[in-house]
Amino acid sequence: MAEAKSPSGLSKVLNAAWVRPFLFLVVIVAAWDLAIRLFHIPAYQIPSPGDVVAVLKTDWPELLRQSWPTTYATICGFLLSAVFGIPVAMLIAGSKTVESYVYPLLVFSQSVPKIAIAPLFVVWFGFGIIPKVISAFLLGFFPVVVSAVQGFKSVDPDMVDLARAMQGSRFQVFRAVNLPHAMPAIFSGLKVSVTLAVVGAVVGEFVGSNSGIGYVMQRSIGTFDLPTMFAALVILALLGVVLFWIVDRIERLVIPWHVSQRDDIIFAS
Amino acid sequence: MKSAMKTVADQPGAHLRLVSDRAAGAAPGIKLSGVSKTYRSRDGDVPSLRPLDFTINDGEFFVVVGPSGCGKSTLLKMISGLLPPTTGEVVVDGEPVTKPHGNVGIVFQNALLLPWRNILSNVMLPIDMKQLPRDKYRARARELLKLVGLEGFEKKLPWQLSGGMQQRASICRALVHDPKIMLMDEPFGALDAMTRERMNVELMRIQRETGKTVLLITHSIPEAVFLADRVLVMTERPGAIAAIYDVPLPRPRSLDSMSDPVFTELVQRIRKHFFTQGTLD
Repeated sequence: MAEAKSPSGLSKVLNAAWVRPFLFLVVIVAAWDLAIRLFHIPAYQIPSPGDVVAVLKTDWPELLRQSWPTTYATICGFLLSAVFGIPVAMLIAGSKTVESYVYPLLVFSQSVPKIAIAPLFVVWFGFGIIPKVISAFLLGFFPVVVSAVQGFKSVDPDMVDLARAMQGSRFQVFRAVNLPHAMPAIFSGLKVSVTLAVVGAVVGEFVGSNSGIGYVMQRSIGTFDLPTMFAALVILALLGVVLFWIVDRIERLVIPWHVSQRDDIIFAS
Repeated sequence: MKSAMKTVADQPGAHLRLVSDRAAGAAPGIKLSGVSKTYRSRDGDVPSLRPLDFTINDGEFFVVVGPSGCGKSTLLKMISGLLPPTTGEVVVDGEPVTKPHGNVGIVFQNALLLPWRNILSNVMLPIDMKQLPRDKYRARARELLKLVGLEGFEKKLPWQLSGGMQQRASICRALVHDPKIMLMDEPFGALDAMTRERMNVELMRIQRETGKTVLLITHSIPEAVFLADRVLVMTERPGAIAAIYDVPLPRPRSLDSMSDPVFTELVQRIRKHFFTQGTLD
């Protein structure tokens, strides 16, 4: 390795943000492989990493084709939870009356297991994309609302008073103070939401669908085709990571001022 | 209040005059008549301020000292129009205050700069809220920043500045729309003692150069006497006027003024108010 010659070069590579989780992943996969060999775990219980990679290689076109419907349903469900979640949070944070009516019900609705009611959506909307989108939306909605409510509520009342004393209208004050202040909290909610939306879409595919990664998993479990099942899991994990990364990038663009994005040092005492 | 005036006026030390309303006849900057505030809560009414009557003249440096929770911040909110008084009337510039009138600049204990705006656009916040022409006021904002020694920091974000610098920027924000009145709620309470003294001198210079009417609230009696033309001493909750003192120290004042016997004597006298009725903090 060229980097090995200069220790600073090697440590630079080791310190790169993406290398560490990658190295950890390699360790986990190695441990997985080692455990199968050591404890003689039969292939119908846990497939070896090699088998999974082989499936990923041979069935790649099919897996890719099946991952589109899942991705599509996830993104639609996620966008819906953002589009509905943020305004609902605004209403809850802005009005004590709305909060007292809506918030307890919202929490109550969270304790209803979505997986149990997912078949209901199939009954209502058939085997198409809609049950998946609804299921992804239902899982992604709550974290957006909770985080955004917290964000809208944590604004310093003195700051709002200051803007109001300058004769700012309610909307102006909201746009200049409350909304930007809530952005970091909204984004942390969106990041949780996007990964849960993947789960929601797969749940939707479990109960009634003839396409998507969830369908592939369901089918491969039925035939004890564990390598395919694990390959589908890998695809799902990748999907979650990529979507999370995209939201994270957008966050950096939208709120570059926030503490979590600072890598500069304070230069003024 | 009348009896408090008597007792103090009867005491020796003639130069420490106690003045009620120095210029009651002239067109006042801020006039409060019978202003009181009572907060309603589930446990019943909580009186915050007993009826207050006083006048702050145009261009005057008026300082309010009082113990914690005596309703000083309530007073400030009522003058800015953010909070309606329970009884009485606040008149600013001849106009009764019923809603935010925008003729004030406010400085709080925390600088409260918006972390996503750079220093210049933080200073420009009142201009955005009042929808005044930005181009015209941008030059003024830069001038103000220069006045407080923040030239070259216009494009920095608030967290890149020290606490004292942030507070100076917030003073610029209070002045940018050229209000007649500056309301300051313990503006230097969060700063260290050395920065605080420097900021006091600087504030006096800014007030002299801009000619604003300043209403400043503080816990520090020396700070009050050092800055003020007049000092209003408040009682504990529910707040009422204990006394109003004239500060006969000549201007311009420097930190040396604090060793003036007039200064120390007045500080002593004001401190007595709090020792007889309780502690200051």
